[in-house]
Amino acid sequence: MTQAERDWPLWEVFIRSKSGLEHKHAGSLHAADATMAIEHARDLYTRRMEGVSIWVVRSSEIVASDPGEGAALFEPARDKVYRHPTFYEIPDEVKNL
Amino acid sequence: MSQAQFDYLLRLGDTSLILAQRLGEWVGHAPAVEEDLGLANIALDLIGQARLFLSYAGELEGCGRDEDRLAFHRDVPEFRNFALVEQPNGDFGATIVRQFLLDTYQRELYAELLRSKDERLAGIAAKSLKETEYHWRFSSRWLVRLGDGTADSHERVQRALTDLWPYTNELFDADATDRAVAQAGIGPALGTVEARWRPAVGAVIEEATLARPAERGKLTAGKRGMHGEALGYVLAEMQFLQRAYPGGQW
Repeated sequence: MTQAERDWPLWEVFIRSKSGLEHKHAGSLHAADATMAIEHARDLYTRRMEGVSIWVVRSSEIVASDPGEGAALFEPARDKVYRHPTFYEIPDEVKNL
Repeated sequence: MSQAQFDYLLRLGDTSLILAQRLGEWVGHAPAVEEDLGLANIALDLIGQARLFLSYAGELEGCGRDEDRLAFHRDVPEFRNFALVEQPNGDFGATIVRQFLLDTYQRELYAELLRSKDERLAGIAAKSLKETEYHWRFSSRWLVRLGDGTADSHERVQRALTDLWPYTNELFDADATDRAVAQAGIGPALGTVEARWRPAVGAVIEEATLARPAERGKLTAGKRGMHGEALGYVLAEMQFLQRAYPGGQW
């Protein structure tokens, strides 16, 4: 068994703070498997009544955007202010908006 | 208030308190930070239980002793915890074995105490049972992991199980106090708890591919104040501050 196999893999933890709200990323931890990851998440991230539900996912399963491609991915949105609803002036005649 | 009821509450409170103190020794030393926090969480739950039991005991006694007075100003022979929980931590596997044996006991005992005629005691049991369910999950899963793990981990937990098993005899050895509270409907008959404990423990031991140790005649009596030298060291550390600065607060 190599050192990498002996070490517990990394997991990302998502906590739902209360029913109806979405799960939010809370942090990460090490655990041997999914069951242990849930238990560790309970011990590490819900000690102060932070949550009612826990998701865990292997960090290696997460596909991330490449920071080097930041310009191509995110710059084009910068000069398109008309994508915000606040860009538009609402005529006085329009009610109930 | 009967002496038996007072003693019974001390047994419940001291068992949780001393086990918590033992688990506290792991803080900063557990194999991983995740387990460090897991053990500390369990210790804090147990201290919470001890406070409820000891506060109640002090009130029943009516001599003005509160939870702190009882926890920090009694000596070894006055402690009523099972000898099992004062045993040294050993390695992580031995700590898990000790925890598992006691968690299973507390789980079955608290479930019975829900029906206690003493409503306050039933209330404490209801709160504690939820915590203990989680402790049991933690310790039983770890026992399976280690028992059914590597050759080294299997051998270590098997050795710990064989060493600690004789200390469980005390848990079910009903004495005058146990019989008195059972008769008053305050506590369960220990035979009832034992009848649930044995199959519950046996199932996990089997899943962990461990061998159930042979029964031996060894019988400790921590619950009657007869302790090994280990408890003296536990108390020395736990009580130092209140002994050096009586009544000190911060």
